[in-house]
Amino acid sequence: MFYVTHNPYISEHSEKLLTSLILYLLDCRWSVHDDVILLWQDYVSDWTPEETVKRMQQGKVYSLEKFRSLQDKLLLLDEAVNAHDGNVITAVLIYLKKSLSKEILFRELITREIALRHYIHYLKEIGEQKLLLMQYRDHLNVRDENKRRDFLKNCLSFPFSPDDATHVQDHYTLLERQIIIEANDKQVESSGQADIFKKYPRKASILNMPIITTLYYSCFYHYGESDGTFSSPANIRKTFRISDKQFLLTCLGARAKLKAWFDVDALFTTKNWLGYTKKRSPIGFHRIVDILQKNNAPVQVLQDYVNLVEDVEQKISLAQKYKCHDVIINTYRDLKDRQQLIVYRGKVERSSSEYRKIEEILSNSVRLWGEVSPRYRSRICFPSSKLNLNH
Amino acid sequence: MSAHLSYGRVNLNILREAARKELREFLDKCAGSKAIVWDEYLTGPFGLIAQYSLLKEHEVEKMFTLKGGRLPAADVKNIIFFVRPRLELMDIIAENVISEDKMHSPRDFHILFVPRRSMLCEQRLKEQGVLGSFINIDEYILDLIPYDGDLLSMESEGAFRECYLESDQTSLYHTAKGLMTLQALYGTIPQIFGKGECARHVANMMLRMKREFAGSQTQILPVFDSLLLLDRNIDLLTPLATQLTYEGLIDEVYGITNGYAKLPPEKFAAQKKQGEVGKDLPTEPKKMQLNSAEELYAEIRDKNFNAIGAALSKKAKIISAAFEERHNAKTVGEIKQFVSQLPHMQAARSSLANHTSIAELIKDITSEKNSLYSFSFHVQLTTLHSSFIYLFYLYLTRQVTSEAFFDNLTVEQEFMTGVDTDKVNTYIEDCIAQKDPLIKILRLVCMQSVCNNGLKQKILDYYKREILQTYGYEHMLTLNNLEKTGLLKPQTSTRNNYPTIRKTLKLWMEDANEQNPNDISYVYSGYAPLSIRLTQVLARPGWRSIEEVLKMLPGPHFEERQQLPAGLHKKRQQGENRTTLVFFLGGVTYAEVAALRFLSQMEDGGTEYIIATTKLINGTSWIKSLMDRPEAP
Repeated sequence: MFYVTHNPYISEHSEKLLTSLILYLLDCRWSVHDDVILLWQDYVSDWTPEETVKRMQQGKVYSLEKFRSLQDKLLLLDEAVNAHDGNVITAVLIYLKKSLSKEILFRELITREIALRHYIHYLKEIGEQKLLLMQYRDHLNVRDENKRRDFLKNCLSFPFSPDDATHVQDHYTLLERQIIIEANDKQVESSGQADIFKKYPRKASILNMPIITTLYYSCFYHYGESDGTFSSPANIRKTFRISDKQFLLTCLGARAKLKAWFDVDALFTTKNWLGYTKKRSPIGFHRIVDILQKNNAPVQVLQDYVNLVEDVEQKISLAQKYKCHDVIINTYRDLKDRQQLIVYRGKVERSSSEYRKIEEILSNSVRLWGEVSPRYRSRICFPSSKLNLNH
Repeated sequence: MSAHLSYGRVNLNILREAARKELREFLDKCAGSKAIVWDEYLTGPFGLIAQYSLLKEHEVEKMFTLKGGRLPAADVKNIIFFVRPRLELMDIIAENVISEDKMHSPRDFHILFVPRRSMLCEQRLKEQGVLGSFINIDEYILDLIPYDGDLLSMESEGAFRECYLESDQTSLYHTAKGLMTLQALYGTIPQIFGKGECARHVANMMLRMKREFAGSQTQILPVFDSLLLLDRNIDLLTPLATQLTYEGLIDEVYGITNGYAKLPPEKFAAQKKQGEVGKDLPTEPKKMQLNSAEELYAEIRDKNFNAIGAALSKKAKIISAAFEERHNAKTVGEIKQFVSQLPHMQAARSSLANHTSIAELIKDITSEKNSLYSFSFHVQLTTLHSSFIYLFYLYLTRQVTSEAFFDNLTVEQEFMTGVDTDKVNTYIEDCIAQKDPLIKILRLVCMQSVCNNGLKQKILDYYKREILQTYGYEHMLTLNNLEKTGLLKPQTSTRNNYPTIRKTLKLWMEDANEQNPNDISYVYSGYAPLSIRLTQVLARPGWRSIEEVLKMLPGPHFEERQQLPAGLHKKRQQGENRTTLVFFLGGVTYAEVAALRFLSQMEDGGTEYIIATTKLINGTSWIKSLMDRPEAP
């Protein structure tokens, strides 16, 4: 049995001796007198976070176990960070990793950039990168957009798979740009400078919206800007590698909503090498017609696009739905379908130009077509409702 | 209230009664008047065990919902907290206890942990300094809750995610415990079959627990002949498909929770008695209880929706005829008899009206087209809104489909039959472009991946990019989760086993008869659920005949026997059916339940089934449980 007086001012040398002795005894499982244990705990519990960190830096014996509550642990971590000693920070982090749940630890690390960096490095060293990936999820908990952007920036150094890394990079870039666009537009809108904002005031902020929604916003409010600005559709398309189809559909939606029919036309018009313009689309024209109609496009505009629908049945059905008389008449004329023309004549107003047109065609038809029996008649009918599910 | 639980072959009322008895005992332990403070999550499951009337019998005078701050005033002697063992709830309880005014109304505090106590939680209460304030701290072991005469569920939402994503087997432990409780009440189950890793774990735990309790053998004649444990991940395809039974569709559109569905009230307001003045339309959604206690529902719940119209019209005729009988009642005796039947007939008529309304509701929703191209960027509705707005319903003789639903179903069936599963699907592309609800997209894309045994890297990348660009980069986490669970993954080998499995087990039946089905494939109008097929084959002719196919499915398959005490071996009569308990680890859909019920009532089936699961799911709730989203602010 050993009795040791507790003297807070014992010399360093004695202290080393004392602590080594106690530790040795504990190791040997000798029943060290309770008093000694108590003395040791007492001795140890006197150390504040600041003192503990100092001891760690000086290579002296220390004990982190006494920091039990979350608050104490965080104080310890902050002290360690203030000391700028990488080893100390890492040692504290190891202790925290052992004694705190992943979620709580990470939640606290989000706001402590230096500690976070060390933690990431440590995890990589010990091969526990996967933990990091789960923490990416926490970005959703960060409400303030600037803080979230910074958090995402930190996430960039996580060991994601190459694919995921690209997505995180895009996420960060997107949010970064959104913050800039939002600040700018908010200011422009409130100053009343731009007409577009006066006519169509913004209903919500662009922050944290997906890329396609951002593109739509851009096509709506910033159409035609050069690709030098962050807010231009061209820039967004290039930076985020948006597919032609998606780009087209989004632009179409935005311009159609604004009833900018010329812009819509320009989307599809291409010049071939002879200088002739032609309309092309990577998606079926019937889809475009639907979108235009939903945005209340006038019949003249709709008509042009219905005309471009390749499938004859679909073309006629769309034309009938949206009352594009000319298209129907022309199609039946091209198909030399006299019967249908007669039927359709009954559907238009007697005094309208359509009526006269049909009359003219019919009266010429005998001369032009002879007694041609109408082709395709049986095929051009309304698509029957698909009843049988077990096809 | 619980009569429907005893209809089946196994009287599940016994289980319910045991649970009620325990609850009564605990309540009596806290003598005197009481108020219960409820963890909201528990009110649903508890409702299936005990109604307020039982609580009232044991002096429960008030009930409150658990929330922060101060407890409401109530002149009771005891306050009992009914909570799950979750740390955040402990903090709320501590707040309640601390802010209690000890001077004016000293009340005793108790806690009932459901389903288990937790050291961690009690430690937390200690840290908050309130642990000493509680007089009784107990646990109420509520594992398996009887939902119907042949259906048990643990209602453990996180089970699939925990087991297959987070490798956390706590819910398996609870499952094993629940099965031990069942065996205590219904006798040791002599044979245990299983397929899957989790199934193996549960079986091992059961056997070990049995050994630990070797001393206390139950002397009950075993009710179950066998237990079949199935991992959800041996059949990832079935929950992804749209269910086509009546009950399945109600679940897909409105969601059925704890045996209740919340329906829009408009159609139901019309049901007033003649002469009653029309009140204002109710604005509260109508809550309907759906279980086999309702005769009509029991008849139609498992039918394919195409057969509902005929069933309802037939019922209408029967009820009409019954009411017409009053003209034939001439003598006093006959009139008396007729009058005594009236309540039953009126109940039947109101039941018919309700279900006709539900059917109309679904039909109404289906004929209204979804807003296709609304690219307005107003604050994004969270894509977790699970309304499957395009649904199909047949009413009487008219068949009306909504284009969108039909297209969706077509694509599902194409995938199931192996058509074009290796290309980017244009319908899915279009849906993404139209910004259809994200879960709908995920279901289809996962289906394609499962039916193709993983997607080619190029196609997977394309889908992922389209989804992330349209719905937001944060969904990357969800996509990662789906990959980890095997629902949406890259192709690792060029071999696709699915066509072989489909052919051997006859999963696709071309001419499924929806009106008068002769095979379980009617529940998906042609597709027989893989999990149920395995169950069917196990009963007859046994799994030896499909060894090759079983090897293609993940996880081991096994058979175990448990010793029965002497003299308890069941002597089965000639022609008497076996009873099998099928336990789905990770969730089961109503359509699969319907399919098992179909097997039970098959003439030469030979087996009757009781179904148990960790959770009743549909494709939407299932995918939702794998999504990573923070709580809404």
